[in-house]
Amino acid sequence: MDKMDGRRWHDMGGLPAGEVPKDGHDFAIWEKRVDALMILCGTKGHFTVDGLRRALEDMGPEAFENHTYYERWIAAVNQNLIEAGVYSIEELGTRMEQIKARGPSYGEASVKDG
Amino acid sequence: MPHDHPHDHLSPSGHPFRTDNDTPLSYFQTMEIAVRELLIEKGVLSPAEIAAQIDVMDGRSPANGAAVVARAWTDPAFKARLLADAGAASQEMGFDIGPLNLIAVENTADTHNLVVCTLCSCYPRNLLGLPPDWYKTRAYRSRAVKEPRSVLREFGVELPETTRLRVHDSTADMRYIVLPARPAGSDGMDEGALAALVTRDAMIGAGLPRAPGG
Amino acid sequence: MAERVRVKAMMPPGHVRAPFYLRGKTGEIERSLGPFKNPEQLAYALPAAPKNLYRVRFTMAELWGAEAEAPQDFVEAEIYEHWLERLPDAP
Repeated sequence: MDKMDGRRWHDMGGLPAGEVPKDGHDFAIWEKRVDALMILCGTKGHFTVDGLRRALEDMGPEAFENHTYYERWIAAVNQNLIEAGVYSIEELGTRMEQIKARGPSYGEASVKDG
Repeated sequence: MPHDHPHDHLSPSGHPFRTDNDTPLSYFQTMEIAVRELLIEKGVLSPAEIAAQIDVMDGRSPANGAAVVARAWTDPAFKARLLADAGAASQEMGFDIGPLNLIAVENTADTHNLVVCTLCSCYPRNLLGLPPDWYKTRAYRSRAVKEPRSVLREFGVELPETTRLRVHDSTADMRYIVLPARPAGSDGMDEGALAALVTRDAMIGAGLPRAPGG
Repeated sequence: MAERVRVKAMMPPGHVRAPFYLRGKTGEIERSLGPFKNPEQLAYALPAAPKNLYRVRFTMAELWGAEAEAPQDFVEAEIYEHWLERLPDAP
């Protein structure tokens, strides 16, 4: 590792890197929902885009390399909502367990009162 | 895991789930569903608001920016307003860009503009829709401010040595749209035909407009 | 007359919006954008005083020296006032 110089991982301008990959993808419905939650909760004052960025930066480079864009964004949205006291970690954890029990696919797990 | 649901692979409406709903449930998808349900139950958001916001974003595309560019190519007074205040000019055309602070930068015979965000991936999403994946990559974010001409070459744009390149690092509150130079041979084309020449990449500066008849 | 500024070279931890590669570098004010709430406060859900925001233009030669692809090309970036020091105009 380089010696500590105060540069953070997300602050990438000017670093050496390879060819720009041109492949893209269409957004899945769950990604669009993350985007909508991010915009709507920001508009309603539960966090700022700066608060989201701060959470993303604090996840570190491993999250950037290993998780997709909207995976990191839902984690940042959640982090900010927890910090804002909108719901508790206990509530989130309980709900995530309930959701996993609904079925093995995203569609099945999305049906709340199945 | 209970998997004896009577409507397996059918949504509550009785229709099959969309393909992207059929993927195995991931940790982060579980989190998305949980966050969304908690927000709805606590009255922060309604399902209708979420659906409406998705529709708004789906309705934003590079075609919006292309229409703005085509108007600027055909209406000098509009172009002057666009360069003075790109947000107001976009609103004037009916594009609701919300709180977006937009600056238009003009490509000319001797200047080319390229937009990047090295700190995250800021993009004029309220006008152009969501950014392409390459815009968010480490490679683009790292290299665009140091070797932009090499990056442009990878996108098929070879800048003459005499062209002055301005790279805009979208570091704070402003977002950028490149006003490309109107292509040669487009005289007499109407706004709609001109807009069809304007690609997303041309409005980021990573590409040039299509050639007429090309 | 363009105003010459230098981006402060300080390296505090936390949510900073002045990119590393611009810190300590000298440029010219391209335009003033007016006040915006300080993101370094907003990021922590703290009250955020407005800070004037400037677009600053740097030459590639200033940023990258001999490694610059084309020394006369520019990078332009938005920098908040508290990250800038004014310099005397060049002779």
